[in-house]
Amino acid sequence: MATPMRSSARSKSRLPSSQKSLRRGHHLPYLNVPIASGTILSSALFIEQLLNGLQLGVMLFLMAAGLTLIFGVMGLINLAHGSLYMVGAFACAWVAAQTGSFWIGLAASLAAAAAMGAIVEIAIIRRLYSRDHLDQVLATFALILIFSEGTRWVFGSVPLYLNVPEQLAGFVTLPGGSRYQLYRLAIIGVGVAVAVGLYLLISMTRLGMRIRAGESDREMIGALGVDIRTLYTIVFALGAALAGFAGAMVGALQSVQVGMGEPVLILAFVVIVIGGIGSIKGALVGAILVGLIDTMGRFLMPQVFSVFMGTSQAATAGAAVASMLIYIVMAIILAVRPQGLFAKG
Amino acid sequence: MTRETIINIALALVLLAIPFVATQMGSPFYVTLATRMAILALAAVGLNLALGLGGLVSFGHAAFFGVGGYAAGILASHAFSMQPLDLGFAEFAGTNSMLVIWLVAIAAAGLVALFIGAVSLRTSGVYFIMITLAFAQMTYYFAISWPAYGGEDGLSIFVRNTFPGINTMVPMSFFLLCYAVLIAVLVLFWLVGNSRFGAALQAARQNDVRVASVGIAPFRIRLAAFVISGMITGLAGALYADLNRFVSPSMMSWHMSGEFIVLIILGGVGRLFGPVAGAMMFVMVEYLLGGMTDRWQFFLGLALLAVVLFARGGLIGSLAGKVRHG
Amino acid sequence: MAEPILSIRHLYKSFGALKATEDVSIDLRPGEIHALIGPNGAGKSTLIHQIAGTLKSDSGEIVFLGDRLNDLSVAERARRGLGRSFQVSSLATEFSALRNVMLAVQSVQGSSFRFFKPVMSDPSLTGPAREALARVGLQDRASVPAAELSHGERRQLEIAIALALGSKAFLLDEPMAGMGPEGSKALTEFLSDLRNEAPILLIEHDMDAVFALADRISVLVYGRVIATGTVDEIRANPEVRRAYLGDE
Repeated sequence: MATPMRSSARSKSRLPSSQKSLRRGHHLPYLNVPIASGTILSSALFIEQLLNGLQLGVMLFLMAAGLTLIFGVMGLINLAHGSLYMVGAFACAWVAAQTGSFWIGLAASLAAAAAMGAIVEIAIIRRLYSRDHLDQVLATFALILIFSEGTRWVFGSVPLYLNVPEQLAGFVTLPGGSRYQLYRLAIIGVGVAVAVGLYLLISMTRLGMRIRAGESDREMIGALGVDIRTLYTIVFALGAALAGFAGAMVGALQSVQVGMGEPVLILAFVVIVIGGIGSIKGALVGAILVGLIDTMGRFLMPQVFSVFMGTSQAATAGAAVASMLIYIVMAIILAVRPQGLFAKG
Repeated sequence: MTRETIINIALALVLLAIPFVATQMGSPFYVTLATRMAILALAAVGLNLALGLGGLVSFGHAAFFGVGGYAAGILASHAFSMQPLDLGFAEFAGTNSMLVIWLVAIAAAGLVALFIGAVSLRTSGVYFIMITLAFAQMTYYFAISWPAYGGEDGLSIFVRNTFPGINTMVPMSFFLLCYAVLIAVLVLFWLVGNSRFGAALQAARQNDVRVASVGIAPFRIRLAAFVISGMITGLAGALYADLNRFVSPSMMSWHMSGEFIVLIILGGVGRLFGPVAGAMMFVMVEYLLGGMTDRWQFFLGLALLAVVLFARGGLIGSLAGKVRHG
Repeated sequence: MAEPILSIRHLYKSFGALKATEDVSIDLRPGEIHALIGPNGAGKSTLIHQIAGTLKSDSGEIVFLGDRLNDLSVAERARRGLGRSFQVSSLATEFSALRNVMLAVQSVQGSSFRFFKPVMSDPSLTGPAREALARVGLQDRASVPAAELSHGERRQLEIAIALALGSKAFLLDEPMAGMGPEGSKALTEFLSDLRNEAPILLIEHDMDAVFALADRISVLVYGRVIATGTVDEIRANPEVRRAYLGDE
């Protein structure tokens, strides 16, 4: 009888049961504020969802900015970017648990992700720049397996928990009367600050100048006497640090577990496909767009469908359509602009 | 006979021999393992048409695999519950017949591939990789959030579907069926690879401007290849669902897509038997490593990294040398 | 005078501020070799790309055998009979010379959507392909992968492909480049006969070949045609001498 095989097929899903919530039809479960479909659309709820969308957007921007920078400068597609997000979250949760301080944890996440990025770049990634995309995809896919299983090895399969820092644990009252987590607002603020910082870094500093030179002409930058190998390591570490930082901040809103980076990574891909690969501006616009569409879609779709059908059916159909919404938007944008909104050249 | 042909025949015979030897030695579990090899090889043969011949690095073939699997699961569940499948404009009774299920799986996977291909083939390179990945993820999330067929918990097939003249519940019979399908599709792959269509497809991989300059539109060739490729992988999905008598969204997960690519790389890109060699190695390694350590994916990752960095060309590449085209 | 096979009217193409071609009008008449000369960067290759369709024109018109080509794809233009050789040879490099030509033959025969019949044992493909290879003198190199052919041989192969397409006009972008004196001489003779089959728009830096072959010459400088005429007219044209020939 094939019964043993069946159970092994279940375990083949490769996700421990603790992770199941990750897959429940929502890319990022922490955003899933339950909404009774059919409820009257209150403006307070609407604003809350809008802010949630914005918050998802800025987090996606941190991921997408690193990915797009790495692609723009080195021509590398990095599937393991989500693993660096996970590294940041684990580093933050672990250090915060040891020291009792979220802030030390946050600093540790930046350091750990950047260091991990630099190590991986030097040991493996730099051998891939001259390879075709197929090799890059495979090697970074292998890195995901190594990172995921390695993390499980070190931290076990039980998720870690990270608390919102005391200073930001409160709520603010939104116009319309509903209360909104201060921490989520802070994330939006930090995301915007990082976007501004990144803009200044790239447009004002020497490092930024070299990055821009590297994007437009790889030979020229060598001729300028810049040490390309070091520049590449720095860019990769910078991208890794941004991903780790995002992972750490989101870690306080959901459980910190293996595989947490993958849904975010795929959303980040959608972001840079929409925005145009290599463009930071595209990453920003794409990220906000995806964040808002995804969140608002999940919020509004069931209500839209409830106009046509019964509440429970509407909830089902609405959720199913909402889960596909950003991909549909991506398809439409690609049909009009195959190179994305802010493609280079 | 070239060296590669000899290797191919040897691989085909070894795969055929595994379940017989295993039964003789009293370890019937290996029959299931060999069936898994055959089905994964079949899925990867499908991908090999797009990736190997056409150079289209699709990171979304799990979508077609899953669509095929759900075709089997959904039709079987309606047959089991005796409730017709209501499509709004018409009702269909479910079925237990593999032949019907295969046709539906192939058609459904082909349609999904047509949609995904029509959008993603407008782009190339890294865009193509990311877009195929994103679309596959779309089908994955859809399967999770659509509760009618089990949602994230998946769907069980209580009795394996039937094939005329064969008792599919006997593991050896089911293996032979899958093996026969694999061989038939390999013959098809060989024919297509050597046909006019195959010539245009491979030329488009090497130089699409050249292909256009002799008056052949690369987009249409690639789209057709992508659809055929998706159909084959969809067929494999239907068989896989029957093997496990279970289908779930994890068949559509991006790990699955990654695995298909890995199979091809391990075996040898664009080689007729590359996917077969790759699937045999992969399932073996998975089984052996899995028996030794719970951390087998860690070592699989290391091994894969080593292959990419140091052993390009895969198993068949290292054994048979470079490809020569007529 | 015979109706031109290919006529280009007021064609423009700019890349940002750079005007690669500006108000270019030339035509190609039956039986002639029309040479396009000009210093590097004058826009000659850009013009070939515009005609073949690999670059879209900003404005102007390309008329071939009475039909406007502007909105057609590269493949469609090729099917209508525009045969082309590339400045930097562009071939399916893993394929043998023969299979490169066979691709053109299969295109001419109609559909590439034939999935089962092996091409290598199909004399309706190999026959015409071997003939075309023989015409350019590559019959002994038929089974060599394009990547392993010499520079000159690849040029010959591109011409063989254009021949196999049954082209009604040839666009040849520096077909002599990379060839030794022997090869250039043989190719010159070959092209001289080829014009009777279909007219040739020829870009070439080898001035001896140009003056020996061309029925008419157009001179392109900074994207503009400064003169068109017979060899003697061009030689005598003071503006051309100043702008171009004088430098040599």
